[in-house]
Amino acid sequence: MKVETIILLIPLLPLAGALIAGLLRNQVGRTGSHIVTILGVGGAFVLSALILKMQIYDDMQSMNYNLYTWGISDSVIFQVGFLIDHLTSLMMVVVTFVSLMVHIYTIGYMRDDPGYQRFFSYIALFTFSMLMLVMSNNFLQLFFAWEAVGLVSYLLIGFWYKKETAIFANMKAFMVNRVGDFGFLLGIAAIMSVFGTLDYAEVFAAAPSKINETIAVFGGVEWSAITFICVGLFIGAMGKSAQAPLHVWLPDSMEGPTPISALIHAATMVTAGIFMVARMSPLFELSDAALSFVLIIGGFTALAMGMIGIVQNDIKRVIAYSTLSQLGYMTVALGASAYSAAIFHLMTHAFFKALLFLAAGSVIIAMHHEQDMRKMGGVRRWMPVTWITSVLGTLALIGFPFFSGFYSKDMIIEAVGGATRFGSGFAYWAVLLGVVVTAFYSFRLLYLVFHGQTRMDKHTEDHMQETPLVVTIPLVLLAIPSVIIGYFTIKPILFGGWLDDAIKVSAQNDVVAELGQNFHGATALALHSVQTAPFWLMIGGFVLATWFYLFKPQLAENMKKRFSGLHSLLENKYYFDDFNNKVFARGFIRIGNSLWKRGDAGLIDGIGVNGTAAFIGKLGERVRKLQSGYLYEYAFAMIIGLIGLLGAWLLV
Amino acid sequence: MTSSLPLLSILIWLPLLGAVLVLLAGNQRPAVARWLALLVASVTLLLSLQLWTGFDTTTAAMQFTELKAWIPVFNVNYHLGVDGFSMPLILLTTIFGVLVIVAGWEVIKDRVHQYMAAFLVLQAALTGVFAALDGLLFYVFFEAMLVPMFLLIGVWGGPNRVYAAVKFFLYTFLGSVFMLIGLIYLYLQSGSFNILEWHELGLSMTEQKWIFLGMLAAFAVKIPMWPVHTWLPDAHVEAPTGGSIILAAVMLKVGGYGFIRFSLPITPDASAMLDWVVIGLSLIAVVYIGFVALVQTDMKKLIAYSSITHMGFVTLGLFIAFSIFRASPDGFGAAMGVEGAMMQMISHGFISGALFFVVGVLYDRMHSRDIADYGGVANVMPWFSMFAVLFFMANAGLPGTSGFVGEFMVILASFNASIWIAFFATFTLILGAAYNLWLVKRVFFGEVRNEKVSRLRDINSREVFILTVLAVAVLTIGLYPQPLLNVMHASVEHLLQQITQTKII
Repeated sequence: MKVETIILLIPLLPLAGALIAGLLRNQVGRTGSHIVTILGVGGAFVLSALILKMQIYDDMQSMNYNLYTWGISDSVIFQVGFLIDHLTSLMMVVVTFVSLMVHIYTIGYMRDDPGYQRFFSYIALFTFSMLMLVMSNNFLQLFFAWEAVGLVSYLLIGFWYKKETAIFANMKAFMVNRVGDFGFLLGIAAIMSVFGTLDYAEVFAAAPSKINETIAVFGGVEWSAITFICVGLFIGAMGKSAQAPLHVWLPDSMEGPTPISALIHAATMVTAGIFMVARMSPLFELSDAALSFVLIIGGFTALAMGMIGIVQNDIKRVIAYSTLSQLGYMTVALGASAYSAAIFHLMTHAFFKALLFLAAGSVIIAMHHEQDMRKMGGVRRWMPVTWITSVLGTLALIGFPFFSGFYSKDMIIEAVGGATRFGSGFAYWAVLLGVVVTAFYSFRLLYLVFHGQTRMDKHTEDHMQETPLVVTIPLVLLAIPSVIIGYFTIKPILFGGWLDDAIKVSAQNDVVAELGQNFHGATALALHSVQTAPFWLMIGGFVLATWFYLFKPQLAENMKKRFSGLHSLLENKYYFDDFNNKVFARGFIRIGNSLWKRGDAGLIDGIGVNGTAAFIGKLGERVRKLQSGYLYEYAFAMIIGLIGLLGAWLLV
Repeated sequence: MTSSLPLLSILIWLPLLGAVLVLLAGNQRPAVARWLALLVASVTLLLSLQLWTGFDTTTAAMQFTELKAWIPVFNVNYHLGVDGFSMPLILLTTIFGVLVIVAGWEVIKDRVHQYMAAFLVLQAALTGVFAALDGLLFYVFFEAMLVPMFLLIGVWGGPNRVYAAVKFFLYTFLGSVFMLIGLIYLYLQSGSFNILEWHELGLSMTEQKWIFLGMLAAFAVKIPMWPVHTWLPDAHVEAPTGGSIILAAVMLKVGGYGFIRFSLPITPDASAMLDWVVIGLSLIAVVYIGFVALVQTDMKKLIAYSSITHMGFVTLGLFIAFSIFRASPDGFGAAMGVEGAMMQMISHGFISGALFFVVGVLYDRMHSRDIADYGGVANVMPWFSMFAVLFFMANAGLPGTSGFVGEFMVILASFNASIWIAFFATFTLILGAAYNLWLVKRVFFGEVRNEKVSRLRDINSREVFILTVLAVAVLTIGLYPQPLLNVMHASVEHLLQQITQTKII
């Protein structure tokens, strides 16, 4: 089989699965729908792994080619095509692997749901869209896939469309993402204007020569074109990767079924913004201003969102805020020019966060769709597999030495510590303090759910049992990379130049290369970490959580009262939602109403048009006779008139 | 290229002849009227496909031309022909010619023969408007299409139909009077009604300005632009489903086509001088009308307002060319703007046609267009809801659907004119998503709102047919617009040459 055929099959197999499961849902039935989609996604995973293997062992060069010409206008050729380099193949393997796990898990999670086929169709369609996103070789296709994953996310958050909160959440998600797309599209328009093409390779090649190019804004004011482009693109990334203040949709997206929280809203889609910025590193490297912006946004998100996670009681929402915080870490890495560290954390996070979500989902199944942690407790007695995998996922998340998250998070902290750009000081402290917060909310969750006294009602307790194999096998399969993947891949990804064909860093910004000089292997790094601040901060968070939630549960209540101001600030999520509701949602409707009632109805129709209303009224009286049988003559007269007039030339 | 058959004439006269036959079927035999109308429209559609297959994309010259003396005394000719602008619009007309007849199939029970005949006449007039190369012939068709539309609203319309029909008629008629004065002036100056000769005619700036304003009056009403748009929501609300479909899908395009065929090439200097007026009004249409669409409670009004914002992209795409050329002499982006405007017209035809049909499907069952009467339709009409969500998403400009193509190209092009034009145009991303998704949320999602909704039946095969045809069109153009763009290139290049050369003598 030709390599091009293999590459083409990777997105097409999930698409075929989605179409069969969706359009022929009655013909293939429930079992048929999960068989076709799992075959499609599984095939895509095997082939992606094959491509990765060929790159590692067979010295396969990166490929960049076009599939078909979407359109030509103004001598610009809009293409649909693939760029398959190391960054792409890494993303392909991560996306298809997590997606495959989620597909298998869904068999158990959605077992009794009437929309079973529809769900499989959607998640397979999502996999196709996400693959098209990471495989794209141009901005047009990127935007296509960007919106397509957004659409599937919309459909899946609102999957239970009877639920009022779900259909509010999915609309909110789409709207907030559209605000991000506003910047994204303007960024793309600026690229088209400055470079005259949307092809990655051409844009990157020409970028250094455009560094002094400007965009006329007002009178004499000029903006740097590259900075404008990068900020625009990053605003798009802020929407998709949920960076403050465009993060507000992600916690609400938890209204969707848990498998998609794991797949879309933790492991893959929300990292699209991170991936995109890393992909655009040749552009971002040319703008210090844009990267400072990225650093500050990321630092704020990493710390502030993690803190909200401390006060949440819904198990999924804690993990959602944790995702926001971790995305903030990745963003900080991007801002520090440590793109490879961001991608590294993206990968490890995809495994352990998908694991944590699916484990939470496993608990939720056992609890008969109860998500409030205050009604859980002691669950480990019934669910050993879920418990152990959760512990492993948690250790990865908090960055315990040797676990995958340790390597990726530590490298981000080190990298931003080495950065000198404006904002790096703030970001450094934010990610450092974030370590305490992460450890605290993670263990709080673990204790409230799995340990201590059980707080569930008698009926639930009687029915508690470990979930079936289709649920626990994916947990185990995800736990393995969550534990080991960092140890084995840190060297090639960060210091072995694996991503060098995709990511370009200017020498003076290259903080990762500096770290490489002190890197003496993964074991040494882990052993050395006990002498560093992040390790003790993590231990600090762990001790605090243990004290509060395992030994002195009443202490948490006391603290809540003592710091009630802070608590209500966190409880209300810094009032972002209230602000948006009051100012934007209601403001928009008020503007619309006043333009309509005062502008259209009042001014235009009231004075302009209906000043002649009396006239129309009178005319109307006469026209009303139309209804009473004159139409026939009218129509005929009209047709004969037309024929007569036009046919006159025959006679002349 | 000349065809052996007078193809354009057949596309005009066959539906007219069909209309006479359908009328002769009489009120007693509705089935005969329906099948006859469908037969005529289908044959017309099949014949019109030759325009596509036989079209030479390498030339901007008029094709399938026909020329016969009509009123020699005034040098008026029966002159027809198509280029890359008019050919796609004629195909749009013939496609919807069939769809509206199927759309009214069992829904219209009253005076079926007259209803069907009115649509055939309308189709003939619309085809004539797009094919006419003689100014007076154009005017005759331009006015002729008002009559059947007026009747469709006035006879088969809703409770307030008389107000809407008269408002519609007066608006468009008053607008076109100014155009007529312009046409007559051009005739007096050139001694001919030949539009192609007018393209070459030298005119002073003052002359151009007056002619431009006269044409603007006609086309701004037709397309429609703010602030002469208020007839459209009223007309849509009162029109029967088929009338709304053809009005939105095809008739509005006459305005955009008028700018392309008349204003831009005949008065390029005045267009360049007054382009800020059109650009300003276009951006108002995108932003102001976007807000107004958001607060509509009547589904048809909402879609009507969304049509106005989408037409804003058409006028924007056409008129940013001048400031693009001012900003940089190579004019990069100007062609993209014009082609984006054309794509937007074709795409909006399919999407708005589909949306009015979607509302029609609901109205037939519930006899209400009020959003508040619905809720949870997806529970009882899953297949229908799938189509509806697709079309509303397309209306919000989702990539992969045709709705994306035109807006994307116009936004990309407008950035070359000014960052601020692009900035305001891009607002459509947010506003479009807001009014479309909010409607979807309130009508289709949620629990079944009331007992009437719970009794809704999903779509029948006739409705599936129409929705499928439109969905295929929307997705095909969205995923592969190149064939359609390819048809336009030569004509667009030609137009840009025309507008960049001064005609002042």
